[in-house]
Amino acid sequence: MNARPAEIPYDVARIRADFPVLSTTTRGKRLAFLDSAASAQRPLAVIEAVDRYERTSHANVHRGVYQLSQKATDAFEGARERVRRFINAASLKEVIFTRGATESINLVAQSWGQRLGPSDEILITWMEHHANIVPWQMLCERTGATLKVAPINRRGELDIEAFRALLSPHTKLVAFTQVSNVLGTVLPIKDMIAAARSVGALTLLDGAQAVAHQRVDMQALGCDFYVFSSHKLYGPTGIGVLWAREAILREMPPWQGGGDMILTVRFSGTTYNELPYRFEAGTPNISGAVGLAAAMDYLDSLGIERAHTHEQRLLALATVACHSIDGLQIIGEAKEKSGVISFVVEGVHAHDLGTILDDEGVAVRTGHHCAMPLMEFFGVPATLRVSFGCYSNDEDIDQLVRALGRAREVFG
Amino acid sequence: MDLKDLYRDIILDHNRHPKNFGQLDPCDSTTHGNNPLCGDRLTLTLRLEGDRVSDIRFEGKGCAISIASASLMTEAVKGKDDLAIKHLSDLVHHMLTAHGETSAPPAELGKLAALAGVREYPARVKCASLCWHALDAALKHRANNLGETAIGCAAVSTE
Repeated sequence: MNARPAEIPYDVARIRADFPVLSTTTRGKRLAFLDSAASAQRPLAVIEAVDRYERTSHANVHRGVYQLSQKATDAFEGARERVRRFINAASLKEVIFTRGATESINLVAQSWGQRLGPSDEILITWMEHHANIVPWQMLCERTGATLKVAPINRRGELDIEAFRALLSPHTKLVAFTQVSNVLGTVLPIKDMIAAARSVGALTLLDGAQAVAHQRVDMQALGCDFYVFSSHKLYGPTGIGVLWAREAILREMPPWQGGGDMILTVRFSGTTYNELPYRFEAGTPNISGAVGLAAAMDYLDSLGIERAHTHEQRLLALATVACHSIDGLQIIGEAKEKSGVISFVVEGVHAHDLGTILDDEGVAVRTGHHCAMPLMEFFGVPATLRVSFGCYSNDEDIDQLVRALGRAREVFG
Repeated sequence: MDLKDLYRDIILDHNRHPKNFGQLDPCDSTTHGNNPLCGDRLTLTLRLEGDRVSDIRFEGKGCAISIASASLMTEAVKGKDDLAIKHLSDLVHHMLTAHGETSAPPAELGKLAALAGVREYPARVKCASLCWHALDAALKHRANNLGETAIGCAAVSTE
């Protein structure tokens, strides 16, 4: 990697030039894209890598003896190695490509989850995305296991004592997010993982909101499953990763059946392929994997820590700006936050606010953010969420503040 | 497209001071409308005389568009029979979804024409149509004698 020397200032103008969509206009206004937590934009490096693969290297993987098929296989398996290196996994066998974080969690729930029974418990937190709630509810319905939920406080921080109290020898899995997609809260994952381990439970970490903003290291984290999506990491949609310890994967029954996940198929019985292929039935999203690898190259070339520092500066700036707006209430004021601010404005519904902001060129997420229990906890039907990426800048925040002023004009 | 075409004064007025807000007790039919996308919820209560809606109220929480639409709807349908309501409902749906249409909505829509601006904001159509779907369900279920009903995501879809 050509890591840029730290003494060169983080050049956000130059970074913005790498993202074609950022120079487009919307409703006749400059686009202030403040919705990277929903899906980040793609840099040219990713767009071109996918384009190059489609033009020169596409065929099915792991099948043909011809050279083009070998090129596609090399590209796909090269991407797997890129991911392994990015998250510092011990081996390629531990890197399984899925459609995204949601599918990764469903894979674990449906395969690993088969071992659960009525006396078992799964523990999650109150700030999970629906993707880290519903698969466990479904699993509990199937197996008779119990889903427990660790509470949070009004600042949007996990109540770690209550979390510990909910752990017991019955707890078989603790599944939680590394960073809240709604509040931006960074969870105390080290303590949580250690506590889960002390009762013998496995841990699943939802890294969807974390991987693009901090270095994640599978050797250092100590969790057992880690999931994330490519599109929140400046890569394509429709591809994501499940990482799990090899010893655990070995014990897991296959999930989907089909081509690529088998060694031999006879009507008298089928033998399954080695890891990681055993969990990758059917032709995978090859160009997506190529794009994800390019996104990881790109992020490493910026320096993920430097991008994080930049986003933290914007978070502080925007938080101050939000506090200066009459009637605006920030939802989620944890001590440690990622580049996410959720808020409501007195007298203006989040959807009306979203439309007015859109009219001013400001793209934000409005609604329940796939976290209805969290909305209920804070007693709001919906919030407006601003989130930053490596390309966000001060002008985006200025435009947001002006647009919020416009909302006051319209709604009085 | 100017924002003022969406948030006309009449919309903002009905949002601030909705008409026919509350619940009728007793009532002949009630429906809960729910738009999970934005968390909008509303409850309609109706009194019926034959096939005429003699009284109607709504209660709920939602964005300005959904509240104003429900308020305007209750004013427009009170005293009307099923057939006239169905006609009005069709006109409203057409107006809301006629993306790119520039001509004025039909005069018979009266004050409901204030919602014409929604057609330039497809993401907001569901906000405006939620109450009409709820009304439709309330009238249908009355016919089936099902009493209280709830409509969910699928029922508020305008696709």
